[in-house]
Amino acid sequence: MQSRRQALKKTAVVAGLLASTGLFPQLAFAFSKDAFDAKTIQDAIKALGGGTLSASKDVTLTGPDIAENGAVVPFAASTALPGVKRLLILVEKNPAPLVALFNVSDSVEPAFSTRAKMGQSSDVYAVAIMGDGKALYAKKEVKVTLGGCGG
Amino acid sequence: MADPMRIRAQVAGDKATVRVLMAHDMESGQRKDGAGKIIPAWFIQTVTVTHNGKTVLTAEWGPAVSKNPFMQLVVKGVKVGDKIGVTWKDNKGGTRSDEATAT
Repeated sequence: MQSRRQALKKTAVVAGLLASTGLFPQLAFAFSKDAFDAKTIQDAIKALGGGTLSASKDVTLTGPDIAENGAVVPFAASTALPGVKRLLILVEKNPAPLVALFNVSDSVEPAFSTRAKMGQSSDVYAVAIMGDGKALYAKKEVKVTLGGCGG
Repeated sequence: MADPMRIRAQVAGDKATVRVLMAHDMESGQRKDGAGKIIPAWFIQTVTVTHNGKTVLTAEWGPAVSKNPFMQLVVKGVKVGDKIGVTWKDNKGGTRSDEATAT
């Protein structure tokens, strides 16, 4: 019927308008708030759809043994495994452990470096979340002589 | 407007090592100011890297990434002259995009 067609068209237009105002944030690139608010490493992994953590020698975390300045600690996380969906860097004893997450695509190598703040000496984890949800990690103990959270 | 990012993309074989240095306070939300009030968190939340317009990496960061964030990644299939773009958005709606040519 003419009126139903018109009604459908109008709904489509309205939906388009609504989406463009950003009222449907899940359509946009969503920020993993739950994962970044998580207070433990396993909670952060679970919030990202990962399973129980298991150590793997195919995941590499490079960083200093002693960080003189906890505000700027360089880390590199990488893995040789195919099928990685995400690479994460977490600092166990930070107020919220998840520091950064990288969504791996076919166009990049699963190897990333960045610099993180560490509040105190802590274990640091590089976690690779695979396509099937397995969470594989490597960890390293990093001692901090001057904490990086301003305390 | 924030200061421009420094982006370097160096081609070696069929890949390019991309290094980005962004200018951002990355306030953790843990510090207090002189009056004892918490300085609110202000940090880059999402980063997107494109190669000739195609998104090759999306990353999400928390406030624990250091001030003036540094990131290094390796992008496959890059030739000299290709464009590498980086865009970041922070938790207050601020954003910045810069582009560099691979050398």
